[in-house]
Amino acid sequence: MKKSTSKNIRQMFGFLALRICLYLVLAVVLLFLYDIGRKGGGSISWAFLSQAPRRGMTEGGIFPAIFGTFIVTMITAVLSIPLGMCAAIYLNEYAKQTRLTRIIRLSIRNLSGVPSIVYGLFGVILFVNILHFGTSLLSAGLTLGLMTLPWTITASEEALKTIPNSYREGALALGATKWQSIRTNVLPYAVPGMLTGTVLGLARAAGETAPIMFTGAAFFLPMLPKSLEDQFMALPYHLYIMATQHHAILQVRPLAYGTALVLIVLVLGMNMTAVIIRYRLRRKQR
Amino acid sequence: MSAEPLKIRMEARNLNFYYGAKKALNKVDIACYENRVTAIIGPSGCGKSTFIRTLNRMNDVIPGARVEGKVLLDGKDIHGPDVDVVELRRRVGMVFQKPNPFPKSIFDNIAYGLRINGMRDKRTLEDVVEKSLRGAALWEEVKDRLDENAFSLSGGQQQRLCIARALAVEPEVILFDEPCSAIDPIATAKIEDLIETLKKRYTVIIVTHNMQQAARVSDYAAFMMLGELVEFDVTEKIFTAPTNKLTEDYVTGRFG
Repeated sequence: MKKSTSKNIRQMFGFLALRICLYLVLAVVLLFLYDIGRKGGGSISWAFLSQAPRRGMTEGGIFPAIFGTFIVTMITAVLSIPLGMCAAIYLNEYAKQTRLTRIIRLSIRNLSGVPSIVYGLFGVILFVNILHFGTSLLSAGLTLGLMTLPWTITASEEALKTIPNSYREGALALGATKWQSIRTNVLPYAVPGMLTGTVLGLARAAGETAPIMFTGAAFFLPMLPKSLEDQFMALPYHLYIMATQHHAILQVRPLAYGTALVLIVLVLGMNMTAVIIRYRLRRKQR
Repeated sequence: MSAEPLKIRMEARNLNFYYGAKKALNKVDIACYENRVTAIIGPSGCGKSTFIRTLNRMNDVIPGARVEGKVLLDGKDIHGPDVDVVELRRRVGMVFQKPNPFPKSIFDNIAYGLRINGMRDKRTLEDVVEKSLRGAALWEEVKDRLDENAFSLSGGQQQRLCIARALAVEPEVILFDEPCSAIDPIATAKIEDLIETLKKRYTVIIVTHNMQQAARVSDYAAFMMLGELVEFDVTEKIFTAPTNKLTEDYVTGRFG
């Protein structure tokens, strides 16, 4: 049979165009990582990771910021993982699919697109002013928690939707109650996907500045927070200060790049964790 | 046929079923006898699956579904206010169109129904698993790999696993919703043989679009069309001397 050359050429160009798009995206990401790695890599040392800033932050390390980011992310997780998963289970498994649930679902999707500064201001009003939690780890963690909830719910619901209906029906047909069928035959297979989506949301929360800058993050603190009511230092806020607000901007620039590098590695690490959790749990089921 | 009169185990009386405003079943009357196989045949979309799913109230989960009329199990209306649907589904087991093993081990699949009813004793579970797998003619093929994931079985084995899983909770009636439509002819023959054995202990109701299958396995047959029962009789009569012209046209392959 004769080869249709024009069709093949068109196909070749099509795939070429797709490939170029991929390379472009890849090039931007790699360039970005390379730049930060090159300029920040020099600052990274054990002392940088384990010491507090000194001399108006022109020397020393960023340990308090790493610590603060870690703790505030934990608070975020404690709020948003259980609440988000339960809400998703209710929405997907129990709630009747009416106009009301559609509106609720749409609102949740929209909330995930609300700018983080809006969450920040909302957090100030609700947690700091109305509930009197003060500018603290707690207020900031809860604000970030609220911000990640829409992602957690959406990701969890998507994970539940991937579980075939035949698992639910099969359990019901054997005399399981609805809750039994969900608990024993849906959740075990949905949890890996739910966790993955949730951890990705947490990773984004860890890198946010706007929600924490009014609710609990501090420019500089001489000591680590001792309770949930204390203020804290955080990597993204630290970076923001170093990059834009510091009086000796050129002097601290390498430290700012170093902070950026640590933040990126942290977020990458969390994303990798999500991938590993999913892989482990999936393999266990096979 | 035995000398004793046959006992009606499950019966639909004047059964109407609606999906929202759409009427899917119209005044269906079918009686299913104990220790007999009743086949429901008819062209696609005639309501056979809807019908069989009302017998264990699987349609309850569909939004907007509504039932009128009666479905009796041992003379008692299964839609009655004091009926526990969970207990009903334990008594009326179901095997689905597509094999639906759970992503668990073979053992855990069979033990599932017992465990959700609170059975924890390992010895009892082991006994029931073996008995159920033997009952589904699968024991010899899987006895050395009960810990393997059920997905590692072939399609036909998976379907027999689903039958074994249904047997494990000791139902009285077993519903088959086109159990062979997703598996090959050899596996189909095995399942048909199995149905033949099962009727000694259970009341069997099978939906099938395969008329040869209905002729081979069933004692009674109901021909349905457009949500209505056209004819219900002894299988032999349905296939050799149907009273209704539509039935005759369908079983002789003139449409469907």
